[in-house]
Amino acid sequence: MTTVETAPPRPAAGPIPRSRQKMGRYFAYGFLILSIIPILVGYAWLIIATVSARTQGLLPKNAEGGIGGFTLSNWDFVFESAIWNAMLNSLLIAVFMVIGVGLASTSGGYALSRMKFAGRKTFLTGTLVLHAFKAEMLLIAIFFVLRFLGDIPIIGGFIGFNTVGGVALVMVALELPLGIWLMKGFFDNLSWDMERAALIDGASRFRVWWQIMVPQVRPGIAALSLFTFIVGWNAYLVPFTFTIGTKVANMPVFLNQLISDTAPVNWNLVAAVGLFQMIPLIIFFIFTQELLLNIYAGGSKGT
Amino acid sequence: MTQQIEEEADALARAAVGAPGPQRRPLGRRVRSTASAYGFMAPAVALVLVFFVASGLLLLILSFTDLSSANFSRAWNFIGLDNYERLFTDPFFPKIARNTVFYVVTTLIVFNLGLALVLALVTTSIPRRAGFFFRLVWLLPRLTPSVVYILMWQRIGAGDPFGIYNQIVPEFLGASGGNLIFGGSPWAFVILTNGFNGASFGMIIFTSALESIPKDLLTAAKVDGAGTWRIIRDIKIPMIKWPLLFIATYQTLSLLTSFEYILLLTEGGPGLFTTEVWALTSYKRAFATYFGNSQWGYGATWAIVLVTIALLLAVAYVKLFRFNELIEEPRIENL
Repeated sequence: MTTVETAPPRPAAGPIPRSRQKMGRYFAYGFLILSIIPILVGYAWLIIATVSARTQGLLPKNAEGGIGGFTLSNWDFVFESAIWNAMLNSLLIAVFMVIGVGLASTSGGYALSRMKFAGRKTFLTGTLVLHAFKAEMLLIAIFFVLRFLGDIPIIGGFIGFNTVGGVALVMVALELPLGIWLMKGFFDNLSWDMERAALIDGASRFRVWWQIMVPQVRPGIAALSLFTFIVGWNAYLVPFTFTIGTKVANMPVFLNQLISDTAPVNWNLVAAVGLFQMIPLIIFFIFTQELLLNIYAGGSKGT
Repeated sequence: MTQQIEEEADALARAAVGAPGPQRRPLGRRVRSTASAYGFMAPAVALVLVFFVASGLLLLILSFTDLSSANFSRAWNFIGLDNYERLFTDPFFPKIARNTVFYVVTTLIVFNLGLALVLALVTTSIPRRAGFFFRLVWLLPRLTPSVVYILMWQRIGAGDPFGIYNQIVPEFLGASGGNLIFGGSPWAFVILTNGFNGASFGMIIFTSALESIPKDLLTAAKVDGAGTWRIIRDIKIPMIKWPLLFIATYQTLSLLTSFEYILLLTEGGPGLFTTEVWALTSYKRAFATYFGNSQWGYGATWAIVLVTIALLLAVAYVKLFRFNELIEEPRIENL
């Protein structure tokens, strides 16, 4: 601001000529359109490939090498049980994550926002650091932790190595720093009048949280749920590392097995499976655009 | 002003119920309130303790062992600092370290900061709805499952006759007909795939920062005759200085410790360690070595050294941004 004020006055200061404004506009749109071409091309290929027998570049080809050869045979996999098994695993991981991250963040975020206790500062700083830090570096150790958890009697069979539960548990933990900061931010924004009145009237902390606070942060819980669902649904590295074989594979791992285990790769089938996997994401993308952009800003800012 | 009112209200409320002030809370009450705080924190603390604290310590312990799938069933054999010596004398250590620095710095400057800033500036200068549309398209890579996203890039860079780049780009722009990822420029693709995902994060943060710059400021500058470039340089960039610094540090950390796209795209190849970065080395030593020999101990050593570097950076950035101010004392407890 000050820099502009102290700048030497220009001789012919006035509004920018219309033609130049128009040119700037064209330039802006030109740049933006160019910039999104790789993204659009990628999706165009995905969609074209799913409905054609073979593709060369972006062109669907028939057996004679001409344009054509449209078919729905790539989608035959929907009649096989393997894909539904993978989808169920993906869904379980995503739902488990929504519930786990949601509960732990909503209760933890409340305490961090409203209560004073020893270790609060350490915990907040610690999770803030972990927030940017990709915990993928800890996978080697988590591998051993999961093997250990698997040895616990009764519940071990559900949360150990090579189980959907184990993968989900690890994913919950890895998403937790983000969830906690997001929910703490939502609680920080609430007025504390109602809460204090309830406490003075003798309500317990738990009741205040559950009956007064949680209903007020519903938009926050919705945003966090959407975000964690997408993370869980798309999860590749953790399930890939901690599962073996097809029974516990989720969709991304299943898709990768399709790419790496068969030779030659049927890219059109792979594209169809990929698009199939993206159906819920496409639905979210169409109906919750504003929310998505907001979560990816607020949800990652750490406040 | 508001705070004063709140303080008065606070005092009044306390007087009304005869509650003591914050300094004189009876011990029993303090204990009970601490206990309930820990109750709320329990699930989060348990998960953090098991999967971050215990795992971090275990990683450190593992780095002093020669644990691998070859001697898995036996007791852990501690070998002191041998793994560390092996790491720093590894013939490919300099190459991997150089790769990591190159990858982080280039992706950060060109995409996660540079392109992110340009996108934010351009999409906020055109009509709102159009800007929103372009930002939304840019969000797509972030929403796409990594396996599908990398699949698209592999098809773009594939060799003739399947590659999209080779098909639509004229020959003088580098469409050689061969596979561009493994034959041509693997680094370009590693950086493009990560950059197209990373840029959207900065773009969104910068956009909200740019939109919160007071309009009068920009109008005043225009009236004074400042051109677009001057407004960007002298007003917009200084006004979003903190978000810029935040993204720079945050993205340095996440680029340094992430490797998923590289694992899917090139697995560190083609050839020996061409696009291998530090985090990927750690992962591959532990989980993806040839002949089925998983060297967990040695992999953990690579991880520990990187974690240490990342933690030092993280501490610096917590200090730099004075995050302690974010962690203000909660008011309600003063009841």
